[in-house]
Amino acid sequence: MEFAELIKTPRADNVVLHRPFHPAVEGTLCLTGHHLIFSSRRQDNAEELWLLHSNIDSIDKRFVGSLGTIIIKCKDLRIIQLDIPGMEECLNIASSIEALSTLDSVTLMYPFFYRPMFEVLEDGWSSFLLEQEFELLSSVTNEWRLSCVNKDFSVCPSYPPVVIVPKCIDDEALRKVALFRHGGRFPVLSYYHKKNGMAMMRSSQPLTGTNGRRCKEDEKLINATLRSGRRGFVIDTRPLNVAQQARAKGGGFEQEVHYPQWRRIHKYIERFNILQESFIKLVEACNDQSHNMDRWLSKLEASNWLTHIKELLTAACLAAQCIDREGASVLVHGSEGTDSTLQVTSLAQIILDPRCRTIRGFEALVVREWLQAGHPFQQRCAQSAYSNSKQKWEAPVFLLFLECVWQIHRQFPCSFEFNEQFLIMLFEHAYASQFGTFLGNNENERAKLKLPQKTMSLWSWVNRPEELSRFQNPLYEANSLVIWPSVAPQSLQLWEGVFLRWNRPSKFLEEAEEERINIIKYNKELQAKVNALRRQLAEMETDEAQQEP
Amino acid sequence: LLQVEQVKLLDRFSTSNKSLTGTLYLTATHLLFIDSSQRETWILHHHIAAVEKLPLTTSGCPLVIQCKNFRIVHFVVPRERDCHDIYNSLLQLSRTAKYEELYAFSYNPKQNESEQVKGWQLIDLAEEYKRMGVPNAYWQLSDANRDYKICETYPRELYVPRTASKPIIVGSSKFRSKGRFPVLSYYHKNKEAAICRCSQPLSGFSARCLEDEHMLQAISKANPSNRYMYVMDTRPKLNAMANRAAGKGYENEDNYSNIRFQFVGIENIHVMRSSLQKLLEVSGTRGLSVNDFLSGLENSGWLRHVKAVLDAAVFLAKAIAVEGASVLVHCSDGWDRTSQVCSLGALLLDSYYRTIKGFMVLIEKDWISFGHKFSDRCCQLDGDPKEISPVFTQFLESVWNLTEQFPQAFEYNEAFLLQIHEHVHSCQFGNFLGNCQKEREELKLKEKTYSLWPFLLAEQKKYQNPLYNPDFSPELTLLEPNTVSFNFKFWRNMYHQFDRSMHPRQSMFNLIMNTSEQNKQLEEDIKELEAKIRQRNGQSDVVLEKEQEQTAHPAPVALKTPPCFQKEQPPMPVNDAVRTIEGSNTADNRYSELVSEFSKAEPAVVSLEYGVARMTC
Repeated sequence: MEFAELIKTPRADNVVLHRPFHPAVEGTLCLTGHHLIFSSRRQDNAEELWLLHSNIDSIDKRFVGSLGTIIIKCKDLRIIQLDIPGMEECLNIASSIEALSTLDSVTLMYPFFYRPMFEVLEDGWSSFLLEQEFELLSSVTNEWRLSCVNKDFSVCPSYPPVVIVPKCIDDEALRKVALFRHGGRFPVLSYYHKKNGMAMMRSSQPLTGTNGRRCKEDEKLINATLRSGRRGFVIDTRPLNVAQQARAKGGGFEQEVHYPQWRRIHKYIERFNILQESFIKLVEACNDQSHNMDRWLSKLEASNWLTHIKELLTAACLAAQCIDREGASVLVHGSEGTDSTLQVTSLAQIILDPRCRTIRGFEALVVREWLQAGHPFQQRCAQSAYSNSKQKWEAPVFLLFLECVWQIHRQFPCSFEFNEQFLIMLFEHAYASQFGTFLGNNENERAKLKLPQKTMSLWSWVNRPEELSRFQNPLYEANSLVIWPSVAPQSLQLWEGVFLRWNRPSKFLEEAEEERINIIKYNKELQAKVNALRRQLAEMETDEAQQEP
Repeated sequence: LLQVEQVKLLDRFSTSNKSLTGTLYLTATHLLFIDSSQRETWILHHHIAAVEKLPLTTSGCPLVIQCKNFRIVHFVVPRERDCHDIYNSLLQLSRTAKYEELYAFSYNPKQNESEQVKGWQLIDLAEEYKRMGVPNAYWQLSDANRDYKICETYPRELYVPRTASKPIIVGSSKFRSKGRFPVLSYYHKNKEAAICRCSQPLSGFSARCLEDEHMLQAISKANPSNRYMYVMDTRPKLNAMANRAAGKGYENEDNYSNIRFQFVGIENIHVMRSSLQKLLEVSGTRGLSVNDFLSGLENSGWLRHVKAVLDAAVFLAKAIAVEGASVLVHCSDGWDRTSQVCSLGALLLDSYYRTIKGFMVLIEKDWISFGHKFSDRCCQLDGDPKEISPVFTQFLESVWNLTEQFPQAFEYNEAFLLQIHEHVHSCQFGNFLGNCQKEREELKLKEKTYSLWPFLLAEQKKYQNPLYNPDFSPELTLLEPNTVSFNFKFWRNMYHQFDRSMHPRQSMFNLIMNTSEQNKQLEEDIKELEAKIRQRNGQSDVVLEKEQEQTAHPAPVALKTPPCFQKEQPPMPVNDAVRTIEGSNTADNRYSELVSEFSKAEPAVVSLEYGVARMTC
């Protein structure tokens, strides 16, 4: 096996593991093809740490005499330190970890080797098919159809094989529209608002160029979502000047003359590379415990992270408001339509659609609006906030989405079936996982990698009853309303569960959370008992009544 | 009584000029607004910090009222003359010249005399010192100040080391600002160490006082396990040095044996006042961006100050709990920062102060009895605006920060802290009136007014923390908060208590609280049902018709009387109501950019700063 060549020293003894808020532990370190394993040999309190190499974001080494120290920074933002006696051993281990954590080939990743220890009850790869989604849609409207125009990924390489489009638009027209949209991402249905029949579509920018090219089919396609005499809104996630400049490179935006029924709103959401910088700055600020208050606040401000959160939430609320309050259809796009576009459309659905606030519904949303919609997970999540290497395509686009969901969750803690841990789990698995779900950049790549055949789906694991119970929100009670979050800065908070997770003692907070759950559980038990007793008493009463003459 | 109709109440933050129309009444004690759906907003005149009349607009004359509990209401009165009348009346009504005119002297909660007396006896400080373990072999009650002869701003009963004789006390008091000589504030039984408090010494550049030196020595000797003691000057070093020029200053380590001197750098009341002012300006801004909020928070310095206070308390508590050393705390006069640090230190050391009753005792001891100048700091009477300072608010905020870090350590909840803050400013009860005990006695507060504490205890269900675990920490084990900067948060529920649109739409806290309350009821029900079943099994022919029905909902409170006690807080809803969505209306949310997309641009917003006729209190 090729991994053996990369592992220069498979094992080291007398290694000391340091983690914040834990006492240092001495033990043995082992390297395998995919894991770094540390186990303390203390018999009274054996501790084991398993770390996926793919979770390692960066590694630093230092030497004091012959004692080497390796500092490992993980994609889930944890930082651990290993003291390894012996300079050579330490160097070997460091370079092995480095090599193993930066494997080029996807097929060498752990999901291709992982063999689950659990019984698969439901294959997650087929849990969320667009066909099922369409069936649901068909029961309320017949204005849409399922198109297989992209079945061999030739019309749009980053789209799934099937998409939902207006019924009156045939595949031939779709092919023409695809040529008019960046990367072939023609407008498709993202969400249908049953309450008023309004639709949210998403696409990439139109390729109008400097000479104002138009495409009749494109106009017809998006007009098909409008009620007669009603207007629609195009939400462009770029500022006007950027959209205008895009024309020089062949891109552009929907011009009023050709789209008279559409009103364009530019709601700027930062590009992915800016977001990555913001992410790095925020994590840096959170990891420095020595900051005085002024420095902490100014670093938090300088990261701009919460500004991005606010902008994103505002844009999503805007889209939701257009649909629900203005009763208008919406088309959302930025440039490529694979990042900010998906953030907006998926968040708007969290606000509008109660189904997306259930566990299953949220999973379906992630599959539909992120995985199938072609968010390039592999590029975006290749590195996290500690990477030393020059960034290319990395960006916390998905993490920002999860955090926005968390912010809404904080404001409506009883309206979500899942808890914070569920969101954190998705963040972790997007960056490093034993499951194949987040590998590849789109369905096309996943099909080529044969992921459904060769790897296990995250959903196969998560949806097992044992696992689900960890992610359930005990306060949940279905809420069929649209939930409008407050976007005032005073209402937003730093997501401590992710950013301060490793930087503060969390014992008391966890215990308090447990107590909350106990109170709710106890309440359910008591209610059940009261009901049972009432029934018993009622039966006794009727028995007595019957006995009486 | 003044009554104006067709008054509009604007939403402070809404960009869509949403408003409620209703009638505004001025009573002798309250301003009352009843909107068209009969919802009432009561504002106590004493709560009013400032009234401002803004320039006339097309819809009428705007009137902005800022309250000490951080409520800001923005009325638009149709006719300018009415507005002017209201404005003038409010100016008069919210300014009080004499204590006897304060609400507490007219407030009648319908208690009889013995209830009133009992209410005042609820908190007994002698009992509290006994609980701590004094008097004992080292500490005794001194009668030196029995007639307020040595120090007017101290209580009559003071505890001092047994070896501190009267001449030492008298001598020491002459060497301390305002006569506030070192006395016991808290005694730690297990460590036999004490928190003592005083004011700054009148040391100037070189003066010394043998009695004062003896006094400190007596304190250090009263601790058999550690003869070193800390002297904590809670001021920044520079301020303390500047005081030397005025004949005041700080202890010279060379003159006192066995002391370790330490500055902890909490800023003075003036810095705190302007810090809060800046904080409120930022948090009150419409259409605030995240970065403006964060930089405003930083520039205000508010969280930095709160952290400084808590850091000092942690230092104090560790000296006692870890080193077993006694600590003497002072600032300048020893009634602001000293009260903050001593009380927070004790709160970290002793879990009793984390109970509802214990917290009342703590406030009575370190704040009320030791002469924190509530009247001046909270501007109860029309006085020197330079004396106003949010020192006590800061203390409550520090406690709130601790409750966030230790959700199970406190018997009380946030609502309790907010309610106390409310009444520190309401002047509805006698506890916080005046600046010191002597003044309170002269005002005969115990005969003429009521104590707040029995009222809080009577409705303590509202203030209980459902997560409280009495066994969270064994008695007298130190609570060790993490004071890394990121642990300190903006206290939204204090500064935006009345801006409902900023709050979570579903309150997890209320839900847990009600569920926990319901659990108790269900436990009762189960007992009752089981008893009935047992009874039936035993004597099946006895009919149990006399069983009382479960108590239904409490009778509705009579309307149209001022909210005597409860402030107009959203009533604790029952379970179903908790889950309803309060702000399911987009207009409640400020997606400011988009509102303007849909509706016509709103008329120019008048900014508060440029209003005419600003009245600051």
